[in-house]
Amino acid sequence: MSSAAVQYLPGKEPHARERRLIFRNVDRVGYDPSIDCYLKDGGYEQLKVALKMEKIAIINEVKAAGLRGRGGAGFPTGVKWGFIPPTNTKPVYLICNADESEPGTFKDRYIMHQDPHQLVEGMAISCFAVGAKLAYIYVREEFPEAAIILEKAIAEAHSKGFLGKNILGSGFDCEIYVHRGAGAYICGEETGLIESLEGKRPYPRIKPPYFPAALGLYMCPTIVNNVESLCHVKHIIQMGGAEYAKMGTPNNTGTRILCVSGDVQKPGYYEVEVGKVTMGEVIDVLCGGLKPGRKLKAIIPGGSSAKVLRADETFKLKDGRELGILDIPMDFDTMAACGTMAGSGGVIIMDDSRSMSWVINNLNNFYAHESCGQCTPCREGSLWMKKISDRIVAGKASPDDVDTLETVANQIEGKTICAFGEACSWPTQSFIKKFRDELKGDCKPELAGRVVNGETAVAAAGLSA
Amino acid sequence: MFTVPPDLEAKMDEVITHYPVSKRSAVLPLLHLVQHHFRFIGEEAVNWVAAKLDLPPIQVLEVVTFYPGFRQTAPGKYHIRVCRTLSCAMAGSYELMESLCKSANIDRSHVDHHHPIAISADGKYSIEFAECLASCGFGPVCMVEDDFYEKVEPAKSADLLAKYQ
Repeated sequence: MSSAAVQYLPGKEPHARERRLIFRNVDRVGYDPSIDCYLKDGGYEQLKVALKMEKIAIINEVKAAGLRGRGGAGFPTGVKWGFIPPTNTKPVYLICNADESEPGTFKDRYIMHQDPHQLVEGMAISCFAVGAKLAYIYVREEFPEAAIILEKAIAEAHSKGFLGKNILGSGFDCEIYVHRGAGAYICGEETGLIESLEGKRPYPRIKPPYFPAALGLYMCPTIVNNVESLCHVKHIIQMGGAEYAKMGTPNNTGTRILCVSGDVQKPGYYEVEVGKVTMGEVIDVLCGGLKPGRKLKAIIPGGSSAKVLRADETFKLKDGRELGILDIPMDFDTMAACGTMAGSGGVIIMDDSRSMSWVINNLNNFYAHESCGQCTPCREGSLWMKKISDRIVAGKASPDDVDTLETVANQIEGKTICAFGEACSWPTQSFIKKFRDELKGDCKPELAGRVVNGETAVAAAGLSA
Repeated sequence: MFTVPPDLEAKMDEVITHYPVSKRSAVLPLLHLVQHHFRFIGEEAVNWVAAKLDLPPIQVLEVVTFYPGFRQTAPGKYHIRVCRTLSCAMAGSYELMESLCKSANIDRSHVDHHHPIAISADGKYSIEFAECLASCGFGPVCMVEDDFYEKVEPAKSADLLAKYQ
């Protein structure tokens, strides 16, 4: 690595509590996406190191690092890689999931736009480790510029011999192509993504038997990893798995990028060691606090599918800790113990100016739009959840409708092929559980047409133009 | 008559090489190239892509009709997408939509799930809500064609449109 001090653009300097690993070059003065810039900064050195390692040694380093997937599920990356059947004789594929579309999440965008070679290097190392000679970056359609930047980066890497045939004389061949999605959230689900890449409607496949590591793209072993996860691989090679695992907290290692949006003074992206900051510190220290005169009402901690937390909740954990929501460390395990999830790192903060009926209605509109329609409970249920919450916001519902809404959500969870069923029912279930009185209180005709969030409730629900 | 210019077809032929195992995988990229060039994907285009990839047309049509990113009819000269989802909505995306519609003279009253796009009377602008454009900390965000804008003040929608004449 270059010894020159890294400087950041004015107003975009990382917070003192951050630890910039993946985002080291984001908003960096004088940094551009070209390969020359990347090479000057020590780029592709880890690929050289990795190509001299045994494949199993790389996988073991990733396992030792304890890296957990940054796309949402938090599944250990090295373990996922290890699921490729040892007796496999078919080609192996690697897919980078760059479909970043979980509401509240905005991190992969910056990696691809500002530091594409970090991803390409991470992918090349990962391809070598899992034995993939062909890889795709599945970029969501709404990132047209990212697709162009990545294609250029791939061509540059090719011309320097970091991709293509016999990479750096190692005998290893690898091609990476960019594949653009077309605006469907379900393509972030790995088996839906694979169907999409096969040129079909992205209907997710049922697991078992279609675990991608065994039966993925073209029914061959396929590893699907998030952009941020693949970038971490490069740093694991650089630091060594054991050293990497010293960052963060046990079982929640490394850094991760928190994307904070909503009612805080300084929303944005913050890369921190996993579990080393609490929810309260995210709000008050990193993001400069709530807006003046406002009180915290609710937090969605890990992308819109994560269950909402109410400001006054407390949690008694099995290890004896008692936590208020501001005390929760931003890690995978404590977040799960508090009944929600760290998910994709998208933290949405809501203050006391927000109507919870309006918020859940906004999300239900999203899920109704994005259900792929394959499984009946989800296809029908997500639409009914939207319709009922439309009515609640419009003041046209009865208090019993809130219970009906909850029943509908309960009939989706666990009854679908993919996790979208949970993703769409968890918000409704948790908002009703924690804000039932408010939702029922909104079921009054006299509230129709009231102003919510600067909009009339009816317009806000999308019932009129 | 639907005709694909030779340079566009050459691009398609190159893209098809990215999928050595199955030409069917090239459906999305070919449709992107078609839509980028012709602004939408009509019946003739579906049949053409199907023939190009040796597929029955239904296997192309089912893809076109599934993905929100594909259009079967022409949009305006400049197509606008406003993020509708939670963080942007909290930051004022509905207000932005209303303001853009006013500035561009677009009536969205007939919009529904199957017809999400509304076009201005003069055909210059078209608009639709998009789900999460992944810049939630800097809302409201919108895209005009492939250009991306953050923190778009609803009151300044006319200034944004002025860039696209």
